[in-house]
Amino acid sequence: MSAGELLQHLVNGASLGSLYALLAIGYSMVYGILRLINFAHGDIFMIGAYAAYYGALIFHLPWFIAFPAALLLTGIIGVIIDLGGYRPLRNAPRISALISAIGISFFLENLCIVLFTGRPKAFPRPDIFGAILTIGEVRILSVNLFIPAITGAALLILVLLIYKTRIGLGMRAVSYDIETARLMGINVNRTISLTFVTGSILAAIGGIMWGLKYPQLQPLMGVFPGLKAFIAAILGGIGSIGGATLGGFLLGMAEILIVAFLPALAGYRDAFAFLILIAILLVRPSGILGVELGEKA
Amino acid sequence: MDSNILEWNQVKRNQVKREAWWTILALAGLAGILAWVQWTWNPYWVRVLNLCGIYIVLGASLNLIFGFTGQFSLGHAGFMAIGAYTTALLTMSPEQKVSTYIIEPLLSPLDKIHLPFFFALLAGGLTAALFGSLVGGPTLRLKGDYLAIASLGFAEIIRVVANNTVSITNGALGLKGIPMHTNLAWSWGWAVFTVFFIRRLVTSSYGRAFLAIRENELAAESMGVSLFRHKLLSFTISAFFAGVGGGLLGNLITTIDPKTFIFLMTFNVLIIVVIGGQGSLTGTCIAAVAITILLEALRPIEAPMSIWGLHLPGIPGLRMVIFSAMLLSAILFWRRGITGGREFRWTLITDRGSDRPAAGKKA
Repeated sequence: MSAGELLQHLVNGASLGSLYALLAIGYSMVYGILRLINFAHGDIFMIGAYAAYYGALIFHLPWFIAFPAALLLTGIIGVIIDLGGYRPLRNAPRISALISAIGISFFLENLCIVLFTGRPKAFPRPDIFGAILTIGEVRILSVNLFIPAITGAALLILVLLIYKTRIGLGMRAVSYDIETARLMGINVNRTISLTFVTGSILAAIGGIMWGLKYPQLQPLMGVFPGLKAFIAAILGGIGSIGGATLGGFLLGMAEILIVAFLPALAGYRDAFAFLILIAILLVRPSGILGVELGEKA
Repeated sequence: MDSNILEWNQVKRNQVKREAWWTILALAGLAGILAWVQWTWNPYWVRVLNLCGIYIVLGASLNLIFGFTGQFSLGHAGFMAIGAYTTALLTMSPEQKVSTYIIEPLLSPLDKIHLPFFFALLAGGLTAALFGSLVGGPTLRLKGDYLAIASLGFAEIIRVVANNTVSITNGALGLKGIPMHTNLAWSWGWAVFTVFFIRRLVTSSYGRAFLAIRENELAAESMGVSLFRHKLLSFTISAFFAGVGGGLLGNLITTIDPKTFIFLMTFNVLIIVVIGGQGSLTGTCIAAVAITILLEALRPIEAPMSIWGLHLPGIPGLRMVIFSAMLLSAILFWRRGITGGREFRWTLITDRGSDRPAAGKKA
C-alpha cells in the first residue's frame, strides 16, 4: 500500500469516525442521564437526513437554509419521542423503557416507509461537497474533509454548552444525580428535554452528512450506524462526551483500516463492531475513558 | 388435626387428577380440531395456523429467559437461524443440495447426511443450545440493557457469518427447496410440549430460582441461588426451543436466507411476550395465536387491491406501524400484558360462583 492510499484510507476513516462520534454522543448523553439505550437514536439520524432532503427538494430551499431547518425539526421530534415514549416510564423498570425504545424505533422506521416509501432516494449533493481534490495520486472527496471539520465545530459548541452555560451545568448535575439536582432547584424534565434536543440535533448533523457522503436515503439507513455508534459510545466509555468521540473515531478508523489491510474480511465488516462490543463488555465494561456508572434508582 | 391434613391432601389430589383429565380432554379436542383443519381447510390458513404453533414455541422460549428469569435477551433471531439452517441442511436431499449450492459445493460430510425430520429438529435445537451456552457464558455476566445489546450483537454476528460462509450456508442466496415437513402435528405438537416443559420447569426448584433471580438478584444470591448457573440454564433451554422453532419455520416456508432472521423476527416474538404478559405462558399462547393471525389478516393492506372497482394502492410498512404502535401502547398503558402475568387454571372455570378462592394467583 502506497502512502497515498494510506492517506486516503485515513481520511475516510476520520470522516466515518466523525459520523459515529456525532451519533455516539447522543446515546451517551441520554444514557448518562436516564440509563436508557435510546434505540430510536439511529432513526432520528435517518429522519434528520430525510428532513434535509425534503426541505431541499420540495420547498426548493438552498442547502444552507434547508439543513439548519432540518436540524431544528429533528430536535423537536427528539423531544416528542421523549415526551411520548420515555417520560411516562420514568419510574417503571428500566427494561420497560428499553422495550418502548425498540417499539419507537420500529414505529419510526415503518412510518417512514409508509410516508416516503422504501425505495432509496438520491440525496442532492451541493457541488461544494462533491468536488474531488487530487493531490498527487491521492483523490479525496471534499465531503470527507468537511465532515471532520464540521464535527469538530459541533463538538466545540457542545463542549461550550455543557461546561460554560447554566443549561450545561444542569445537564451535568442531572446526569450525576437526578434527585439531588431536583432538590437544588433544577427543572429535571426540562433538562432532559434539552438533552434530547441536543442529542437529536447532533444526530441530524450526522444524518445529513451521511447523506452527503453516501448520497442515498432509505428508511432503514439509521439502523446499523445507530447500533455501531452505540457500540462506539460503550467502547469510549458511556456517559462521557470525550469517550463517545474517541470511541466513534476508533471504531470508524478500525472499520476502514481492517477492510483496507485485510480485504478478505470485508464481508465481516458489520460483525466486527459487535465483536468489539462483546470484548469490551467483558474486559472493561466502563469503556476506555469511562467511569463506573452505578445503577440508578 | 392430622386427619384434617390427610383429608385436605385427598381433596387436593383429587383436584389435581381431575385437572389432569380436563387437560388431556382439552388437548384431545385440540388435536381433533387441528386434524380437521389439516385435511379440510385451504393450505393458506393451515400455514397460518402452523405459524401460530411455531410462534407459541418461540414466545414460550423467550418468556422463559425474559419473563421468568428476567434476563432481557434479544438474540432469538440468531438462535432461530442456527436451528433453521441446521434442520434444513439435515433434511434436504443430497440431490437438492447439489442443485442449491451453485457457487461453492457444500462442505463434506454435510452434503451426504439426510436425517428424518424429528432428529434434524432435535439437532437444530441442540446446536442452538450449544451456541446458547457458549454465548451465554460471557454475556450473561452483563446486566439489563447491556445483555440486550450484546445478545442482539450476537444475533447480527450469526447473520453476517451466514452471509459469508458460502460453503455451509450458501451465503446470501440462502437455502431453497427445503422439504416441507412441518404440518400442524409437528408445529402444535412442539407447541404443547414446549409449554408443558417450560411450565414444569418454572414450577420446579430450578424455576423458583429463576423467579427469585428475576425479582431480586441480590436477595436470590444471598439465599444461595447460583446466579450464573441458573441464568445459563435458562438461556440454554430458551436457545434450544428457539432453535427448534427456527427449524420448524425453515421446513414450513421452505426457503431461508440470512435476511429471514433480521431483528424483526426477534421483535415479533418480543411483542408476543410483552402483550401476552411477561411470566405468563397462557398469555404467550393467546398472544401468539392472536398476533400471528392479525399479522396475516393485515397483509392485504400492504398490497394494492380494488374494491367494487375502486383501486386502492397498497401501503407497504403500515402493518408494522400498527404492530409497533401496539407494542408501544402495551408497554405504556398495559405493562403487565393481557394476563398480568397470571396463568390459566381449570379452577377459574370450575370454581366460578363458588366461595373457594380462585387458584389463579401468579405462579
